[in-house]
Amino acid sequence: MIMNDMKILQRLYTDKIFKIAVCLFAALTAIPLFAILGEVLIKGYSQLSWSFFTEPTPTAYKAMQAVAAGEPIPGGIANGIIGSVIMLGMATVVAVPIGILCGVYLAENSKKRFAIIVSYITDLLQGTPSVIIGIITYVWVVVPMKGYSAIAGSVALFIMMLPLIIRSTEETVKILPASLKEAGLALGGNNARVTLKVILPSAFGGIFTGILLAVSRVIGETAPLMFTALGCSFIRWDIDKPISAVPLLIWEFFNDPNLQELIWGASLFLLIFVLSLNLTAKYFAKKWNS
Amino acid sequence: MELVNPILEFKKTCVSYSKQTMAVKYVSAAIERNTITAIMGPSGCGKSTLLRAANLMHALYPNIRVDGEILLNGQNILSMEPIEVRRKIGMVFQRPTPFPTMSIYDNVLAGYSLNGIRLSKSERNEIVEKCLRNVALWDEVKDVLNKKGTFLSGGQQQRLCIARALAMKPEVLLMDEPTSALDPIATKHIEDLILELQKDVTILIVTHNMGQAKRISSRSMFMYLGDLVEYDDTEKMFSNPTDERTRAYLTGKMG
Repeated sequence: MIMNDMKILQRLYTDKIFKIAVCLFAALTAIPLFAILGEVLIKGYSQLSWSFFTEPTPTAYKAMQAVAAGEPIPGGIANGIIGSVIMLGMATVVAVPIGILCGVYLAENSKKRFAIIVSYITDLLQGTPSVIIGIITYVWVVVPMKGYSAIAGSVALFIMMLPLIIRSTEETVKILPASLKEAGLALGGNNARVTLKVILPSAFGGIFTGILLAVSRVIGETAPLMFTALGCSFIRWDIDKPISAVPLLIWEFFNDPNLQELIWGASLFLLIFVLSLNLTAKYFAKKWNS
Repeated sequence: MELVNPILEFKKTCVSYSKQTMAVKYVSAAIERNTITAIMGPSGCGKSTLLRAANLMHALYPNIRVDGEILLNGQNILSMEPIEVRRKIGMVFQRPTPFPTMSIYDNVLAGYSLNGIRLSKSERNEIVEKCLRNVALWDEVKDVLNKKGTFLSGGQQQRLCIARALAMKPEVLLMDEPTSALDPIATKHIEDLILELQKDVTILIVTHNMGQAKRISSRSMFMYLGDLVEYDDTEKMFSNPTDERTRAYLTGKMG
């Protein structure tokens, strides 16, 4: 009996040690995130001001003058914000309907040969390095259009968003009970109406979460935009001309010794934007699941 | 057993899931208009499969094959458009399936919106009230019509689903074990409702509850391993079954 008690005690201890180890490792993964957040917050916080969001990037000369006079660098990242919003907007508007329709198709025909092939292609597309998507979009869009443009940038972002939206739609629609679709069809609805009025509304939460995550995933993409949008130092609304984006600005600031100060403000903005999109997505996913 | 005015007729109906497995084997039976007919049998006997074939539910699954004929008023539904058939032959499922994003009100009208039929406000109100009264749900939900259908209890949800099916004024209502997910009180409500409904609609109900079949149906089928073993007046079948397998099932020796 005593032997038994000892064994049980031993097991309890092992269990406890294991639990502590797991918690420790879980805490370790949080360290990089908080370290990044802290660093960016400390360095970028002082730069955030109204003009940082409303004014375009200063010229190197102006920045140099300000630095020499010991003043803060004038200007901000408005050109990048506007460029990002324009390109993300265009990419989302096109990617959402196509992605949702494709996702629904894949979910409802998962055994068909064609659907299996499309599904593989989606996976491959999702795994394609963004720099390759950039160079391909350069060849497909920038070269024929004879110039860099917001259109080209949004095409690259569209290609990156598409597989994310397809997958999230597919996963969401797949977990809906089959009885939902059957009940819709049993009332005499055709496939299209049942999909639009029953399936998609029921899956809305998951699909919306997927779209938010797709946007937050590509908003920080830099490489594909270097080949397509190129960048622009003033505020511009034309979609057929080169345009800036927040991640492009961070890269430009890094390359210009006079502007390096601005890196942190831009990074902080991007980081907060992505984190809040993620949190919103989480909130919707939770609300939808309950 | 005498049939005066059959509405639905299975003629050598076979349903197979693959070349090897035939779930329903050459079933021939006619269903009398405005009566309740029960299909009984142990799990896996093909009763649900047969019922679902009458709503062309198999069209959703390319691997399922239906042979023979199923006639509605003398017309073979297997060669008709599913959309057309399903408007005339409604279906209620084992588990209540209110559409989760729709209100109670919209759930009742779902058949119309899914068929792209536009109704005036007064028509909508009239249909909703009439159908919910038909299923004895009106008094319970008339103040919460804008709440989601999933807000109701299981029994209420199932009555809502019956109301939704009735809203399309079907000629036949198929019910696939509609009370198996419900408690005894909710079951009693649904059974009373089914008895009440037979004056307007022909009901074909699958049940593995013999008591239920006895309580509500006037005719019963007994299926076993895909065969229609016996089909007769419920009273006759329960008091004096012809087939040995039916007797064994009804006396609890097989189940």
